[in-house]
Amino acid sequence: MTAFWILAPVMVLAALGILVVRKAVHAALLLAVVMISLAVLYAVLDAPFLFAVQIIVYTGAILMLFLFVMMIVGVDASDSVVETIRGQRPLAVLLGLGLAVILVASVGQITLGTVVGLDAANEGGNIEALANLLFSRYVFVFETTSALLITAAVGAMVLAHRERTGPRPTQASRAAQRVRDFAERGEHLGPLPAPGVYARHNAVDTPALLPDGTPAESSVSRTLAARGRIRSAPDLADDIEDVQRALGGLPGGSGSPGDTASGSGHNTENPSAAAGGPATDGDPGSEAPR
Amino acid sequence: MTDVTPYVVLSAILFSIGCVGVLTRRNAIVVFMCVELMLNACNLALVAFAKQHGNLDGQIAAFFVMVVAAAEVVVGLAIIMTIFRTRRSASVDDASLLKY
Repeated sequence: MTAFWILAPVMVLAALGILVVRKAVHAALLLAVVMISLAVLYAVLDAPFLFAVQIIVYTGAILMLFLFVMMIVGVDASDSVVETIRGQRPLAVLLGLGLAVILVASVGQITLGTVVGLDAANEGGNIEALANLLFSRYVFVFETTSALLITAAVGAMVLAHRERTGPRPTQASRAAQRVRDFAERGEHLGPLPAPGVYARHNAVDTPALLPDGTPAESSVSRTLAARGRIRSAPDLADDIEDVQRALGGLPGGSGSPGDTASGSGHNTENPSAAAGGPATDGDPGSEAPR
Repeated sequence: MTDVTPYVVLSAILFSIGCVGVLTRRNAIVVFMCVELMLNACNLALVAFAKQHGNLDGQIAAFFVMVVAAAEVVVGLAIIMTIFRTRRSASVDDASLLKY
């Protein structure tokens, strides 16, 4: 009973969390908490076979399926807050509370009598006893589930299958399309420019600079731009100088330790410096070359 | 022998929470998760009653519920994916074309 009193609040809290979290991924993780706790409760209730099946089928297969579909649909497909039917949400919560009160009260009113326990039924082993029942009394139900499963599998394949309406684009047709786009709309013909590679630093979140010093927006990933994670080249240079100042400002030997620290930091931040230009070495005040 | 009433009460609470989730959430995937929560709550009650009565029929029933739930999730998620592919949305409010 100890396991129950530990797990029951956890399960109820996780289930309530599913109702309030915005993101579907968080709901899936909370559902995993509920399902694993349920598996432990099955083990407590003398159902070791269902304990294993719960973990393998529910947390292993069904939740993974949920997560896969979430990856396809988009992780940030969060819930909309607008109510389409006025007053539906409070009404639903009220009805749910009513259902809970009625169910709990009615369960609390009845007396179930003494628990028989599964010691006798599980005598030859839980799995053997379940198999005896499954392949004798419930054999027709078991055979029917095979029809259900194959129908579900075929149905899922039919639903998820996408018929290709046009011909498959080949490399030649893609190239011809690019040239056509260039001729008609003047779109850039070649590959996109690489992100900024400077003498002192380079990073994928720093755009390359055009000859006039303005950043080239197309040189960084659109995803980073949408998240607002793009840094300008002078900002990055300032960061590096802060780090170098912190390393160089260490107390102790005035000369050599600080020099080696700033030198090693320089090398890690700047793999292109060796080939590009060692001109900025030892010159922390200069900005990135434009 | 311990009593199984707390398990049944917990199952009732989880079922009600799943019910509220189906009614309030708008994301079809989360609605599906709440349906799974309700099925799991029923399973808990079935296993608890199996222990109460001392025979394994309840556990067999819970096993079949799991099989049906697995099939239901596969088909349901395929439907959600198809709707998402045509309408670019996983919200249950957007799939209302049959109304008109």
